[in-house]
Amino acid sequence: MKIATRVSFGEEIAALGATDNDIVVLDADLSKSTQSQIFAKRFPDRFFEMGIQEQNMIGAAAGMALMGRKPFICSFSTFVTGRFDTIRMSVAYSAANVTIVGTHCGVGIGEDGYSQMALEDVALMRTLPNMHIIQPADDREARAAVRYLAANPNPSFLRLTRQAVEDVHDDSYEFRFGKADVLLEGKDAVLFCSGPVVANTLHAAEQLRAEGHDVRVVNIHTIKPLDAEYIVRAAKETGRVVTVEDHNIIGGLGAAVAEVLSEAAPTLMKRIGVRDEYGESGSPEALYTRHRLDTAGIYEQVREFLIA
Amino acid sequence: MPHSPKDPRTLQLLAHEMRADIIRMLHEAGSGHPGGSLSAIDLLTVLFYNHLERTADNALAKDRHRFILSKGHGVPAVYALFAKLGIIEPAELMTLRKLGSRLQGHPYNVMLPEVEASTGSLGQGLSIAQGMAMAAKIEHTDIRVYALLGDGEFQEGQIWESLLSAPKFGLDNLTVILDFNKGQIDGPTSEVMNIEPVVDKVQSFNWEVQRIDGHDIAAIDKALTNTHARNGKPHFIVADTMKGKGVSFMEHPNEWHGKTPNAEETARALAEIDILIHQAASVLS
Repeated sequence: MKIATRVSFGEEIAALGATDNDIVVLDADLSKSTQSQIFAKRFPDRFFEMGIQEQNMIGAAAGMALMGRKPFICSFSTFVTGRFDTIRMSVAYSAANVTIVGTHCGVGIGEDGYSQMALEDVALMRTLPNMHIIQPADDREARAAVRYLAANPNPSFLRLTRQAVEDVHDDSYEFRFGKADVLLEGKDAVLFCSGPVVANTLHAAEQLRAEGHDVRVVNIHTIKPLDAEYIVRAAKETGRVVTVEDHNIIGGLGAAVAEVLSEAAPTLMKRIGVRDEYGESGSPEALYTRHRLDTAGIYEQVREFLIA
Repeated sequence: MPHSPKDPRTLQLLAHEMRADIIRMLHEAGSGHPGGSLSAIDLLTVLFYNHLERTADNALAKDRHRFILSKGHGVPAVYALFAKLGIIEPAELMTLRKLGSRLQGHPYNVMLPEVEASTGSLGQGLSIAQGMAMAAKIEHTDIRVYALLGDGEFQEGQIWESLLSAPKFGLDNLTVILDFNKGQIDGPTSEVMNIEPVVDKVQSFNWEVQRIDGHDIAAIDKALTNTHARNGKPHFIVADTMKGKGVSFMEHPNEWHGKTPNAEETARALAEIDILIHQAASVLS
C-alpha cells in the first residue's frame, strides 16, 4: 500500500482524539494539506485555526502545553521550522510539550518548488538540545510515531511527506523510539536511511545484493536522540557507511551519523541527499531522478562508493 | 483563606522597598537592566498582590492566575516580588546572573517554574499568554492570564500576530499590560520606531483598551480590576511609565537600559529610594 505519511498522521491523531481529551491540534491555514482537517471535523472544540501566523501558533501552543494540554501544530515543515527562534525559546528552552508536525518535507513535494520544500528543517531542529526528531518511513511507522508522541511529553518534531510512500514494514512491526530499525542484514556496507527514501534504498539494496554486495539497510526513524551505539557498531562491523535522505546533506541524517562516527569510529562515508543546493519545480519522480534519490540513483552512488 | 487585597499605600511602600532590592541585586550582578525593571515594578506589585493574588503557597497551584513577562529583561522586578512574597529566599537575589543560579539573566522556567515560561527573545510572551488563555477557556476555568510587554518589543511582528488572533478566540481572560516607558537601547521609542497612536491601533484590533499612569498605584489597581470583567474581548492596558522610575539619575529613556550602577551610584540610588520608602511609610502610620 502507498500512503502519504501526512495522511497517516491525520487519521491517527483524529483516532487518538477520541480517547485523549488533552490533545489539541493547531494549524496555520493548511489543514487540508497537513490533514489536520480530519481532527478538525471530529473535534472542532479542540482544533484551532490560527491563520497564516506560524510564530503565534508556535507560541500559543507552548502556552497551551504549559497549561497541561498536548498540542500538535501543523504546517509545511519549512514554514514552521523556519520560525526557529520562536521554537527555540517558547517551545524547546521552555520545555513545552509541543509536537511540531512538519509536512511536505524534501524535494519529494514536487511542482511547488523550493519555497515550499523543507530541506533544512532537520538541521535546524537538531541543534536544539532537548528536541526529539522522528521521521517515519511508512504508514505503520507514522501511526506508531503519532501514538508515541501523544504519550510521551517532550518538545518534538515529526517530519512527514506530501507524497505517498511504500510500506516497508508489515503488521508485526514494533516502533521503538530512539532505536535503529534494521530492515536488511548485511556485512559489506551499512545504508542508513530515513523517511521517504527508505523504500528506494531497499530496492537499490536488493539490486546490489543480487550483484554480490551484501549491504545492510537500517531505517533511522528517530534522528534525535540518535541511536549512536548501534551506528558505531554497524560501522565497525561493515567498514563502509552510506546515508540516504531527502534533505540537504549538511546538517541532516548524514551529518548526524558523520558526527557520531568521526568521534567514535572514523569510517569512510557516502552521504546521499540534496547536495547543498536549492530545490526546484518538477514532478516528484523527476526531482528524485535529478537528485539521485530514486532507486537507480541510490544504487549507482552506493555501487560507485563500494567499488572505489 | 480568602484573598484580601492590599490598599494602595501599602502597595506603594512594598514597591519602593523592591526598588531598593532591584538596585542591590543589579549592583551585585554587575550587569542587567535597571531602567525597565524600575519602570515595571509599580505595575507588577499591584498585579502580583491584588490580581494574581500570588502567595508562596499558590505560586505553582494548578488554578493560579498566570503571568508571562514578555519583556524578559525586566526580570529583576519579578525576582524582587518572588523574594517579597516568600517564593524564593531574599538572599537568593544576590545570586542573580551568577553561574548555577536559578535567577538567570532572563526568565528560565525549567530552573524556576514560577516564572511560567522562558522569555527574553522579545516579542514572544504574548503568544504564550494567548495560548494559556485559550487552554483556560477549553478547561472552562476562571484563570486569568496577564502578559507584561515592553514598548520596544511592541515593534516585533509576532506581537501583531497575537493582537490579531486573541480577539478571534474571545479571550476576555487575557490582559496585556504595556510598560510604555518610552525608551529602548538605541534611543527614545518615538525615534527608534514609533508605536503611537498605540491606543487607536489596539482598539482597532478589537481589544478593550485603557490608558493609565503606570506609577499611580490606585489607577493601576482600578484598571486591573476592570480586567476581571468578561465581555468577550481581550484587555489591554497602556501604562505610561518612566524608565528608571524612582532614581532621579536613572530616569532617562535609554541611558540606564542595560547599565548597572557602580558602588557610588548604588549608594546614591539607595539613598533616594530610602527617602521614598520613608515617605510611603509615614503616609501609612
